[in-house]
Amino acid sequence: MSDKPRTLYEKIWDAHVVQRRDDGTCLIYIDRHLVHEVTSAQAFEGLRLAGRKLRRPDLTLAVPDHNLPTTARLDADGKRIPIADAQSATQLAALEANAPAFGVRYIDAVAAEQGIVHVVGPEQGFSLPGATIVCGDSHTSAHGGLGALAFGIGTSEVEHVMATQTLLLAPSKTMEVRVDGVLGLGVTPKDVILHVIGVIGAAGGNGHVIEYTGNVFREMSIEGRLTVANMSIEAGARAGLIAPDETTFAYLRGRPMAPTGDKWDKALAWWKTLPTDPGAQYDKVVVIDAADIAPCLTWGTSPEDVVPITGVVPDPASFADPSKRAAAQKSLEYMDLAPGTPMQEIPVENIFIGSCTNSRIEDLRAAAAVVKGRRIAANVRQALIVPGSGLVKRQAEAEGLDRLFIDAGFEWREPGCSMCLAMNPDKVPPGERCASTSNRNFVGRQGPGSRTHLVSPAMAAAAAVTGHLADVRDLAPLGENA
Amino acid sequence: MKPIQVVEGRAIPLGLKNVDTDVIISAQYLKTITRKGLGQGAFETIRAQPGNIFDDPAFARANILIAGDNFGCGSSREHAAWALTDMGIVAVIAPSFSDIFSGNAFKNGILTVVLSQEVVDRLLEVAKTDPIRIDLEAQTVTTPFQDRFEFEIDPFRKHCLIGGLDEIGMTLSEDAAIAEFETAMACDRPWL
Ligand code: SF4
Repeated sequence: MSDKPRTLYEKIWDAHVVQRRDDGTCLIYIDRHLVHEVTSAQAFEGLRLAGRKLRRPDLTLAVPDHNLPTTARLDADGKRIPIADAQSATQLAALEANAPAFGVRYIDAVAAEQGIVHVVGPEQGFSLPGATIVCGDSHTSAHGGLGALAFGIGTSEVEHVMATQTLLLAPSKTMEVRVDGVLGLGVTPKDVILHVIGVIGAAGGNGHVIEYTGNVFREMSIEGRLTVANMSIEAGARAGLIAPDETTFAYLRGRPMAPTGDKWDKALAWWKTLPTDPGAQYDKVVVIDAADIAPCLTWGTSPEDVVPITGVVPDPASFADPSKRAAAQKSLEYMDLAPGTPMQEIPVENIFIGSCTNSRIEDLRAAAAVVKGRRIAANVRQALIVPGSGLVKRQAEAEGLDRLFIDAGFEWREPGCSMCLAMNPDKVPPGERCASTSNRNFVGRQGPGSRTHLVSPAMAAAAAVTGHLADVRDLAPLGENA
Repeated sequence: MKPIQVVEGRAIPLGLKNVDTDVIISAQYLKTITRKGLGQGAFETIRAQPGNIFDDPAFARANILIAGDNFGCGSSREHAAWALTDMGIVAVIAPSFSDIFSGNAFKNGILTVVLSQEVVDRLLEVAKTDPIRIDLEAQTVTTPFQDRFEFEIDPFRKHCLIGGLDEIGMTLSEDAAIAEFETAMACDRPWL
């Protein structure tokens, strides 16, 4: 290997090249393959038709999430409650049958470890720094929060990884997103990434892998880093990375699938060599001052449509780019919003706290801190708290968060993708609005005609208790006796 | 995948521009668990119209589809390619294709042929009454009326399609290199 200073991305890439082709594409070895029910059935079918098997079932982990209803899964006798939607049931049954048939480790729908695939991977210590991680789902970028090169793939590629444990890939360009300074009151990792996407745009990261640098990310918890990396794809990037450090190692040590003993020591030594070398060049650099980031949210139907909570719905005429102007106009029609409306005056009927972006224990704690001593507003029809995994759920219950939420009027659900996408019974009804901690505000994403405002868990909680989009900084924590 | 040397037969003269993946196969079919049977749902909105060409008995066994600009735009769903295969379509001719679609088509053994709008117009005319012949080796499209049109294709894709080689098969032929990498990895990074 040359002595040229390299970025974190380049180091991981170089360590996984099986073969380099003349045109620059490389056969890249895949260390970890996460599988869920939506994008795997046809891949397993393809293997079966071609008489192929999984090359490395030991590097593969399957868990159902997208289609699972988040209501109770077992009846009073401990029997599985059948899934009403026939197609969902079929997709789930296919994974349940395919996993053992191909020798893949499978976490079933009622296991304590079940959860959203991108919550489960890190939580189990299956996802590791410096590893190449793929999954047939675009938000695989989340695992980059641990310093892994993680990205989503299509069904043909899923089959390719199953059969060969490799992918033929062209290297990406690198982009540094540096955020230094002190974050203001009420500003969470979700606000940081929404702000970043607002600055660089939904296509700003196209063709790039982003590395997030600066003291803001250094000081961030792993939960927060996973939130940030998760939404890299919403900035158009292939993947997002945060260099592994002591916080990462402390998070991983002792996790069920993390290395132990001698292997841990070896892994640690290698992980410490991964951070970008001084003097290494990125293809693009974006610098953001932490002080410029406010608690923020989206007003439109693209994740780049970001304003601070103190802001107003923008006037489409204010956009210089004619195509953006037209898109903003269409967004506002879909969202049923008038330019100039203060964001805080927009009422919401639905609250969703969950998804692979914001369903970890820290997210639930942040929401609980706002909810404590308050109740959901009368105009809120549906307020769901959906933990990202059974283990998150258990932890939250041990801390009494479930009672706090239920007493405040929230529904406390079983883990899954839930209202993040309209693939299971949790949907936002047509024409209704949702303050959602998920990652996509696309037209129809939360159900046909649904209107999504992407927010942090604390801001979703603030919206729940006020009945409108609200500034979390205006809601002082209420003490035990409030 | 079936090797493609010559595709000869009736061609469905669709001709439409910007046929997106939603038109090819609508989102409701994304919950299936098999690639087979998707042909049933293909072009559903067009088929809902009486007298549409997909239900014309003359094209019942067509293996070629002729379309307008930007065929396969929209979402990245691979179901679009699977639906075409399930309909018996082996090749699509159009003035342009979306990148993602042509990649997905290739991965699934469908030949995409790019020809100019004038040529496509001529083929649309011929296809109404007569068969069309695509010779991949010679890179030509011909008709019973002495038309002969040449097309370009990426040599790697041509090689794979003619050999019926799928990407997985190609990669599996590098098994020794992968195994060697794994051996080195077991030594250098034993925790993985
Ligand atoms: S929670 Fe949403 S974004 Fe995450 S994996 Fe599920 S559907 Fe995809």
